[in-house]
Amino acid sequence: MKARVHITLKQGVLDPQGKAIASALHHMGFAGVEGVRQGKFLELDLKSTDRAAAEKEVRTMCERLLANTVIEDYAVELVK
Amino acid sequence: MKSAVIVFPGSNCDRDVAVALTRITGTAPAMVWHGDQAIPNVDLIVLPGGFSYGDYLRTGAIAAHSPVMGEVKTRAAKGVPVLGICNGFQILTESGLLPGALVRNVGLHFICRDVHLKVESADSMFTRRYKKGQQIKIPIAHADGNYRADAETLRRLEGEGRVAFRYVNAKGEATEQGNPNGSANNIAGIFNEKRTVLGLMPHPERAIEQLLGGSDGRAFFEGIAA
Repeated sequence: MKARVHITLKQGVLDPQGKAIASALHHMGFAGVEGVRQGKFLELDLKSTDRAAAEKEVRTMCERLLANTVIEDYAVELVK
Repeated sequence: MKSAVIVFPGSNCDRDVAVALTRITGTAPAMVWHGDQAIPNVDLIVLPGGFSYGDYLRTGAIAAHSPVMGEVKTRAAKGVPVLGICNGFQILTESGLLPGALVRNVGLHFICRDVHLKVESADSMFTRRYKKGQQIKIPIAHADGNYRADAETLRRLEGEGRVAFRYVNAKGEATEQGNPNGSANNIAGIFNEKRTVLGLMPHPERAIEQLLGGSDGRAFFEGIAA
């Protein structure tokens, strides 16, 4: 089973990289871009076949290492 | 005064801080590899600057889970002073020894230059040789020094006098222009509740000799040695 983890900055946390990307897109003529938030995507290969147990474990990994919950939110998705 | 400097893969200010400690406290620190689980019996533990683990994932995130950090946390809980400089400050926030987080500088640039700082509290072993309100000049060298914490944490840090150093302009004012990286409340360094743990982004160990551009960091180590 694979776990896909998206990590994004919490609402309200300044994202200077996202701002720089948005500004570059504006310079390129993509005037319709109202904002960009940069995040991370991680794909984990898991031994587990138990969906619920795997999700619980990946959430613990997010809390302890993968995300910094002071500034970041995370979302976990499990795929076969 | 016995001290230990923890060396992570990617640390690059470990030797600078060792020189500062040796010159000013008179005793060379023990250099402890991050993979060790034992730290000698010391009066101070230093987490030095650098790019531990290449800043992978987040600055300080992987180092915060190094084998040695369990013992650093145990000692900190017993009241052994812990100092984190630059990447060391990032490791302290990632390991939960200090609140908040350090994110990318507002201007996105890596900034390496002298900055003006105001000493906000002289009430700690690290700052006791300064005067409260004193203005000093010390270099910074970082890309991720933008201090962030939620409003409640900031209120608590300010209310409890736990802001150790603040970025200021040449006149000593904590303005936006005097803030190199966008840190909340111009915060450059903070204490834990007991003021035994200090994390700061500026590098006092790089300012201990006039020959190297300034010596305002000397009093920092003199305080530690006292």
